[in-house]
Amino acid sequence: MISSLLFYLFAGVLLASATMVVAARNPVHAVLFLILCFFNAAGLFLLMGAEFLAFILMIVYVGAVAVLFLFVVMMLDINLRRMRQEFKRHLPLGGAVALILAAQLVLLAMAWKTDPKALSVPMATNGLDNTRALGGLLYTQYFYPFQVSGFILLVAMVGAITLTLRTRKGVLRQNVTRQLDRSVAEVLEIHKVPIGQGISDDPKP
Amino acid sequence: MLTIPLSSFLTLSALLFTLGAVGLFVARKNILTILMSIELMLLAVNINFVAFSVHQHNLTGQVFAMIVLTVAAAEAAIGLAILTTYFRNRGTIAVDDIAQMKG
Repeated sequence: MISSLLFYLFAGVLLASATMVVAARNPVHAVLFLILCFFNAAGLFLLMGAEFLAFILMIVYVGAVAVLFLFVVMMLDINLRRMRQEFKRHLPLGGAVALILAAQLVLLAMAWKTDPKALSVPMATNGLDNTRALGGLLYTQYFYPFQVSGFILLVAMVGAITLTLRTRKGVLRQNVTRQLDRSVAEVLEIHKVPIGQGISDDPKP
Repeated sequence: MLTIPLSSFLTLSALLFTLGAVGLFVARKNILTILMSIELMLLAVNINFVAFSVHQHNLTGQVFAMIVLTVAAAEAAIGLAILTTYFRNRGTIAVDDIAQMKG
């Protein structure tokens, strides 16, 4: 009872905020609604018993991806009026496609049946909790896909840095190697100054 | 065990996916909304994966959902990097104007 109530709460807020992501006038609001979406999806995951994914969703999406979006939205100056005009123009086509897509998908979802034999098989967790079981699976059976996903992240990081890095000309920069390479003999000269005479710039005869 | 039927989760994720697709259609000029719509669609896919995983007592779906999550994060990072570079060069992010790569 309480779980189905929670389901409808999370699902309702999820769909409403997803609608607002698409329809919000202000892109900052859209990103904030996206964050709300992720929170509710995490709630749904918790409800289903996938705790690890729920927290990963929180950490990765809310903590990293959404904040990245927020950064970019605030950094760019976006002309909203022009984009609003587009919204009205494409709404009929988008609505038609959406109706067809939703009808098809929901029909499929309703028509789904599982073999009861498959359902009687217990979850292969050996009595471990979700995180432990998932970790065990990730580091044994799915080790290579896991490594490949790490590599994808590395490539994405390198790609993002190369795309956005810009070398400006005419900017004084610290050259650490050169700084460290300087020796005392290069930069320091020691003179013995006779009393009462001072020192001149001329090199010694 | 879960009392909510699988079909409710599937319907929810179908609706969420549809909303993402609508976002792709109505916000053709706004590449930021397009990226956010893609995130929504990937989230719908993830909900589907996890729902099936829990329903069928098989953790593989959750492993796959994690990989989808990874790809989504990588895609967001690269997409936003391209967006930032484009904005720096052109001063606009209207997608319709982007035709430089056209032959």
